[in-house]
Amino acid sequence: MERRTIFPGWRLPVLLVLPQLLLTVFFFLWPAGQAIWSSMTRTDAFGLHTEFVGLENFSDLFSDPLYIDTIGRTLVFCASVAALSMGVALVLAVCADRELRGRNWYRILLIWPYAIAPAVAAVLWLLLLHPQIGLVGRWLNRMGVAWDYKLNGVQAMLMVIVASAWKQVSYNFIFFLAGLQSIPRSVVEAARMDGAKGWFRFRTVVLPLLVPTVFFLLVVNLVYAAFDTFGTIQALTQGGPGKATETLVVKVYRDGIVNLDIGSSSAQSVVLMAGVIVLTALQFRFLGRRSSE
Amino acid sequence: MTQRFDWPAHLVLLLGVALFILPIWLVLAGSTLDPAAISRGELSLIPRLAGLSVYPSVLSDGAFGAQPVWHMLMISFGMALAIAIGKIVISILSAYAITFFRFPFRMTAFWIIFITLMLPVEVRIIPTYSVMSDLDLINTFPGLTVPLIASATATLLFRQTFLAIPDELVEAARMDGAGPWRFLKDILIPVSSANLAALFVILFVYGWNQYLWPLLVATDPHLDTIVIGIVKMIGTETQTEWNRVMATAVLALLPPVAVVVLMQRWFVKGLTEGDK
Amino acid sequence: MATLVLEELRKSFGATVVLPGIDLALASGEMLVIVGASGCGKSTLLRLVAGLEAPSGGRIVLDGRDVTQVDPSARDIAMVFQNYALYPHMTAFDNMAYGLRIRGLSRDEIRRRVEEAAGLLGLGPLLQRKPRQLSGGQRQRVAMGRAIVREPKLFLFDEPLSNLDAKLRVTMRAEIRRLQRRMGVTSLYVTHDQVEAMTLGDRLLVLHGGRPVQLATPMQVFERPADVYVAGFIGTPAMNFLPAVLSHDGSAATLDIGLLIPFADGKRQGPDGRKLSIGIRPEHLRPDPDGLLLQIDLVEPLGSETVLIGRLPDGELLSVKLPGAAPAAETLSVAIPAAQMHVFDAETGLRLDPATG
Repeated sequence: MERRTIFPGWRLPVLLVLPQLLLTVFFFLWPAGQAIWSSMTRTDAFGLHTEFVGLENFSDLFSDPLYIDTIGRTLVFCASVAALSMGVALVLAVCADRELRGRNWYRILLIWPYAIAPAVAAVLWLLLLHPQIGLVGRWLNRMGVAWDYKLNGVQAMLMVIVASAWKQVSYNFIFFLAGLQSIPRSVVEAARMDGAKGWFRFRTVVLPLLVPTVFFLLVVNLVYAAFDTFGTIQALTQGGPGKATETLVVKVYRDGIVNLDIGSSSAQSVVLMAGVIVLTALQFRFLGRRSSE
Repeated sequence: MTQRFDWPAHLVLLLGVALFILPIWLVLAGSTLDPAAISRGELSLIPRLAGLSVYPSVLSDGAFGAQPVWHMLMISFGMALAIAIGKIVISILSAYAITFFRFPFRMTAFWIIFITLMLPVEVRIIPTYSVMSDLDLINTFPGLTVPLIASATATLLFRQTFLAIPDELVEAARMDGAGPWRFLKDILIPVSSANLAALFVILFVYGWNQYLWPLLVATDPHLDTIVIGIVKMIGTETQTEWNRVMATAVLALLPPVAVVVLMQRWFVKGLTEGDK
Repeated sequence: MATLVLEELRKSFGATVVLPGIDLALASGEMLVIVGASGCGKSTLLRLVAGLEAPSGGRIVLDGRDVTQVDPSARDIAMVFQNYALYPHMTAFDNMAYGLRIRGLSRDEIRRRVEEAAGLLGLGPLLQRKPRQLSGGQRQRVAMGRAIVREPKLFLFDEPLSNLDAKLRVTMRAEIRRLQRRMGVTSLYVTHDQVEAMTLGDRLLVLHGGRPVQLATPMQVFERPADVYVAGFIGTPAMNFLPAVLSHDGSAATLDIGLLIPFADGKRQGPDGRKLSIGIRPEHLRPDPDGLLLQIDLVEPLGSETVLIGRLPDGELLSVKLPGAAPAAETLSVAIPAAQMHVFDAETGLRLDPATG
């Protein structure tokens, strides 16, 4: 889509677009290029000799069972976070869409959590689930559950999933509510007159009209779970115990910054990049017209 | 049909609200308790008025493992503001150039900017770090903020708004004698003010909540943001000042929450009309 | 006070020719209405004069000055847009003052001009309101105020009344006419509404497919339309057309349905048998027991007059406008008075006058 009415001249617009272009080149394209380059090199243990190894880093990655594990773990994590967070948000949105007293108050009270940082959400849940000082943590231990996420991998994973999903409910709620409110009232009323009741009406009339929102949020949630949760996981478990909560992005950080294996970390970054590109491309293809206009 | 009190919906919504308020409340209450009591596990939902003194104390002295909190709050505030304002300015100018003019390689420039959508910072951490290092920007305030300014979401949002400006408005302005700068200043920006407000909220929260990037770029504790600080506190194995940690957590989330609550109407509008 | 001359003004968009070439001369203070159906090029013509589009050829001379290459803001022209195009975030006052501010007029001068225009338009109490707080008619007046304060050499009106409801249109029409007369500014007014055209213009330019078909006063266009398009466009209900052939050595027309009508104003050129289109306005058909027999299909009572749609023996429809209430009958016989008949060539559609062919 283009504008019909424009201003003449080319010097001014070039000047205006330059800052963003420069920043993009320096802080996106160049690093991305470097990441791709590094992903095809290997440095020896002393950091003295770097050699070009083509796609070896990649083949090493994909034949490394630990990496495959991490991929699986990340998929489980992302799916759980997306499902949990979208499910809760949808239920809340459906209730908030009804004619209720105090609707606007509920709205405000369910929107503000958007502002919580992933890392801070982690801190809050840690303070809740800490075996010694957390209200929930102590209660679990009193109930006989051997609750210690520093030792139990499954419990650690559960905790990061809950903390991550909790933080994202607000965002999903906003979009689900907007999606529900954009369904014309007359369509739902026609369904009621046709005799469609409750859950059936929701399933056959409302849900199909909500599909674009669902798809959009699915992609956003998957990207969130894959990347923005770094702060949450790092704050809560640092990827541990062991590798129990090490998702792909945590592994990139660990291998690159902590273990200084630039080649492997870069290769992982490139893999992640490819994943995001595919997801974003899918999203724009499906929501095509509106987003690219 | 008279309005029946929809108690299932109210129940669900109240549970939802509680789901978010309770953890905050617990931490808020906990921050006012005696640290020794907390370590023993004596927690309570009732705050102690006497314990409110922890707040001024933690602001000036911090807690074990981190800087004075007011300092970290300042850094966070500066960072969030710089990112929000920087991004808005750059994006308005780019979107304006791309929609209201024609110049060679215009669409190329657009696609280059568009690509940044697909490259979240977590994916380019190491090479971006080395670029910063080469530019001598490690451990500097610009180093904290500049790499986070360039991404495309704001540009796309403005582009969409600018494309929808009626042709006649532009023509009327032209006939009134307004050139490109005047048009931008007097008409385009005021007309886009709702978008601006929404974006400011989104970007301020985004900037405030950053974790990975500040972690990498700022090793000097004087540049710790409050988010970095609170995670450091949690991570300290021998932490005993839990009340101070909890107070810091509360302080860490107050400013962005305040911004969202105060501007929530524009914010919701901007999110739902822009991102899709 | 300025004259406007257009010389061979042409416009093409790529391969599509919108205006093949227009010559026009407006006297100072004249209001010329450009009228035609949608897509005939009238808005394009207006935008060329405004400078919002660049012509593909030709010249625009305003008050003796060639402005063909001049930027719109420097042409000393003001335009009233169809959708008002008011700046939504500015008050009515600021909307009108904006152009003056850019030109660097003093605050006092700006205030004087805006308040004067507001007085002329009845906008006094509304000056501090924003567009969204104004009704459609009020917004249109602010748009006109914006043009008036500029004190330009030329006013351009781009279908300014199309977005208003019928009643408002009538009042605003009169206001525009009054204002233009009073201010004496040369004006170009574009519309597709023939009533606006007839009531507002000192002269009309009828455009059809980008071509100027007739340039004349409203009454001339009504009484002596230059071709079937103009004849059918001006006048409500539209003129009736009946196929005929030239007969009796050019002194009469024989309608295809059989009726013979001798010309009242002279012979037409051409061989007998030349195909014609005879036009007669609904209000000129007279009830006549010896005339054409019509089967009444539809009766439209309008109060002061009645429109009847009747069917001829060959199936063709004819509209008749009679004063007063309709006669309650199933048939009606009408005669075609030769004095009010219009003769057109069936192939070219052009008007055939006596001795000019």
